[in-house]
Amino acid sequence: MYTFSNKLKTFSIALIVLGVLGVGYGFMTSHKSLEDVKEMLAEEASHHGGEHETTTKAHVVAGVEDHSNNAHEENAHGALADVDHHGDEHAEHVMHQIHNRPWAALYVAAFFFMMIALGVLAFYAIQIASQAGWSPVLFRVMEGITAYLLPGAVIVLLIAIASGTIGHYNLFIWMDPEVVAHDKLIQGKSGWLSLTWFSVRGIIFILGWWLYRHFSRKFSIAQDTAEDKSNFKKSFRISAAFLVFFIYTESIMSWDWIMSVDPHWFSTLFGWYVFASMFVSGITVIALISIYLKSRGYLEFVNENHLHDVAKFMFAMSIFWTYLWFSQFMLIWYSNIPEEVTYFVTRFEDYKLPFLGMVVLNFVFPILMLMNADYKRIPWFVVMTGLVILFGHYIDIFNMIMPATVGDRWFIGIPEISSILLFAGLFIFIVFTALTKAPLLVKGYPFRKESEEFHY
Amino acid sequence: MEASKVIHAIYTDDDVLMSAVKKVKAERHHIEEIYTPFPVHGLDKAMGLAPTRIAITAFLYGLVGLTVAIVMMNFIMIEDWPQDIGGKPSFSYLENMPAFVPIMFELTVFFAAHLMVITFYLRSRMWPFKKAENPDPRTTDDHFLMEVTVHGNENELQRLLAETGAVEINLVDKAH
Repeated sequence: MYTFSNKLKTFSIALIVLGVLGVGYGFMTSHKSLEDVKEMLAEEASHHGGEHETTTKAHVVAGVEDHSNNAHEENAHGALADVDHHGDEHAEHVMHQIHNRPWAALYVAAFFFMMIALGVLAFYAIQIASQAGWSPVLFRVMEGITAYLLPGAVIVLLIAIASGTIGHYNLFIWMDPEVVAHDKLIQGKSGWLSLTWFSVRGIIFILGWWLYRHFSRKFSIAQDTAEDKSNFKKSFRISAAFLVFFIYTESIMSWDWIMSVDPHWFSTLFGWYVFASMFVSGITVIALISIYLKSRGYLEFVNENHLHDVAKFMFAMSIFWTYLWFSQFMLIWYSNIPEEVTYFVTRFEDYKLPFLGMVVLNFVFPILMLMNADYKRIPWFVVMTGLVILFGHYIDIFNMIMPATVGDRWFIGIPEISSILLFAGLFIFIVFTALTKAPLLVKGYPFRKESEEFHY
Repeated sequence: MEASKVIHAIYTDDDVLMSAVKKVKAERHHIEEIYTPFPVHGLDKAMGLAPTRIAITAFLYGLVGLTVAIVMMNFIMIEDWPQDIGGKPSFSYLENMPAFVPIMFELTVFFAAHLMVITFYLRSRMWPFKKAENPDPRTTDDHFLMEVTVHGNENELQRLLAETGAVEINLVDKAH
């Protein structure tokens, strides 16, 4: 049995406290009035001098939609016409972006940690459904990580709904009836994008995921003391069923929770793209937590062959992510259709470093670090690469949400960092508490012996 | 010449062969070669063979392929005749790079794969019309053959090999 060390517990609670303080600070300081924003803009203009004119123009063309940066043909045309008298409108636009920042920062971090748990759940289901012989010794670690899924997903959904009810439509502009009234495109999508349906769908996703996690965990623990293999058979069946459910709901979830921050934009492989991101982050976290637990002497049945396999998955899924990232980018770049290319135009103009930097973090670095078979067996090497991959995928989610909510007013400052701390603390606390609830080795699982003796 | 004399010990089971290899190695005899009908896992480790470096060559060949692709596309599309083809920005390589990535990828894989295979053929001396070096045709079907060099210790070796479970032990003079 694993015991949650006091040090780690204190550490996670400290992270949560620090995070809450920082998030609170972010919300307090973002409440700028229109007058403040005007003053700030005037100051910026005097600082930048002539430069300002051009950046403003690009900015307005990119999107004058009240709260968002979504470009939209009609609005873009309108924007060009009234570029000269954009004073108040511009200030209002900037004010909303500033208001959005703590919301978006919180949402990105909440989604990032939720997606790790969801990615691990998918990985776990695949291991059971494919009857993998190498991974059963890591099942309890995976089950521990997926304990975060229910609270994490509920938090994401609550933030999304709160941004449209308590907040002033800070994440999803389609929740704002005033925007929808003036926006034919969103009106056309309102059959799908309505707050009620959004919430109902979210609850269905979370319920489905949680049910699978609940029962697979239950069967897994019951199998430890069972005389026969009936629990294994049950978990095999529900894993297969879950994977079907998962791939549908994951896809829909990615439209709802991420793609709809840009309600004028759509992409068909977006669900897969988000999936690749969550899958590789989840596998990386499995590796990190296994290495941590092993270094504390809790997983003596896990050897470097298991680590090697997990690292292979990290390597392969990093390439898979890049493949989807590039396929989405290249197809849109190549055909350059105005209604879809604005998505990448805003990212290229305002987010050049994070947008291109994440390709280095998520592709170039892991591919060079994890290509050598010997390096995949060295714990500190995998940890180092894993941390870079995790940071890269945080930036990936950042790139999905931020351009639509805060536009060019982005920065990785107190709201962003403290949101990460908050959810990291929560994640560590919940995951390691769950790890103490059951022995770290699945005892009665049919492939346990094969897995313990796994040798590459 | 004495060193040209070898003993061919023939086995019918890969597990017996593995334990025989370990025993012969432990007695510090030199195993010249082992012929098997299929890959026996762990045999290279038991024989103490150095790990292959073919993956490293493949990586380097891949880099060559990547370079070829970049230099070729840069010369053709950017330097030699920078035409406007469907509005693609042919002002610099970077600006038009996404369009070249499929070629860069494929050439990297092409070079890595093909040159690695050719390296494998060269290093293992395989080519069409090559005379087969098989001492006993049964080793391609269901027999395993261990070739041990003899240094005037024939009897001792023969006894040792018989103990390891060899079904057949032949003294062969290699010098024709």
